Amino acid sequence: MDRIKFLGDVKIRPTLIQLLNLGMIICSALMIWKGLMCITGCESPVVVVLTGSMEPGFKRGDILFLHMNKEPIRAGEIVVYNVDGRDIPIVHRVIKAHERRDTGEIDILTKGDNNQVDDITLYSGGQLWLNLHHIIGRAIGYLPYVGYLTIIMTEMPIVKYLLIGVLALLVITSEE
Amino acid sequence: MHSAVQRANTVATIAAILLATICAAASFLDAFNSPSLQAHVQVVKINRFRRQLDGNDEVKMTLKMSMDLTSLFTWNTKQVFVFLAAEYETDTNSLNQVSLWDHIVQEKERASFQVKVPTKYPLIDQGTNLRGKKVGLVLHWHIMPISGRMIQGKMPLSNFSLPDSYTTRS
Repeated sequence: MDRIKFLGDVKIRPTLIQLLNLGMIICSALMIWKGLMCITGCESPVVVVLTGSMEPGFKRGDILFLHMNKEPIRAGEIVVYNVDGRDIPIVHRVIKAHERRDTGEIDILTKGDNNQVDDITLYSGGQLWLNLHHIIGRAIGYLPYVGYLTIIMTEMPIVKYLLIGVLALLVITSEE
Repeated sequence: MHSAVQRANTVATIAAILLATICAAASFLDAFNSPSLQAHVQVVKINRFRRQLDGNDEVKMTLKMSMDLTSLFTWNTKQVFVFLAAEYETDTNSLNQVSLWDHIVQEKERASFQVKVPTKYPLIDQGTNLRGKKVGLVLHWHIMPISGRMIQGKMPLSNFSLPDSYTTRS
C-alpha cells in the first residue's frame, strides 16, 4: 500500500472514511460540550480568566469550572456575570447581597479581589445591583494555566490559523 | 520504528493524563480536611452612622478581630480568602449580607493573626432600617486551591446592636 498520498492520486473511499473520522471527532467534542452544559446548568461551563482583577487567586490564563443552580447567591461566592449589552463575562466575588422578602430577588454587588473599588462602575448605565439573570454561573473549580492557549489564540489570531492548518495537514497526511 | 511525532504524541498524552489524575487526587483529598478554626471579633467603635444623601443608612466602624485559620490549609491550598460579613434582616429584605472587611492569606504561617482596623467597606442598607438594628457578624472563608474544587465555609461570631440614633458628624 502506498504510505504517502500524492495529491493527484486521491482515492475516493479512504478520503471519505477520513472525513467521517474527522466528523466523528468533532461531533464527540460537541456532545461532551453540550452534555457539560446540561449537567452544570450554565451556558458556558468553562471560562478562561482574562484579567488580573482576581489575583493572586486567579491569574490570566487560568480556567474556571462553573455551576449554576437555584440556590440563592450569597456573599463570598465567585460569580461570572454579563453586563447588559456587553459580551465579555466578568469573574468577580460577591461582597454584598440583599434578598427581598416578597419576590425572593437578590440584589448583588461584586468586586474583584485585586481591585480597589467595587464593580458599580462596570454595571451598565445607572444600574446599582446585579440580579440572578445577569449571572452565568458560580465558580466551583479551578485549573491553572490551561486556558492560556485560548488567550493567545484570541489575541493573536495567526496562532489559531496556524494551529488549524497544522492539524488539517496532520489529518490529511496520516494513515488512519 | 515509531516516528518522532508518534513518540511526542504518546508522551504528551500520558503527561496530560497523569497531570489530570494528580489534580483530581489533590482536590479529592482536600475533602477529608476537617478544619477547626477559632475566631473572635469585637466592634470597638462606631465611627460614623448617618443617612446618606440618597436616603440609605451608612455605618463605618472599627473592628478588633483575632483568628486562627491554620487548620484550613492543606498542601493543595493556594490561598484563603477570609471576610467578615454583617448579616441582618429588615422588613423588606429577608437577608442582607454586607462584607465589612476581607483579607487574603497566602501562607499557613501567616494564618493566625489579630487586627484592629476600620471597616474596609461601609455597611450600607437598602433603606433606613439600621437604627437600633441587631446585626450578626459572620466570618466567611473561601479556600482557593492550587487546582481543583474550591471550598467555602462560615462561622457566626458575635452579634451587636447599632445605636438607636445617628451619631453626629465625625
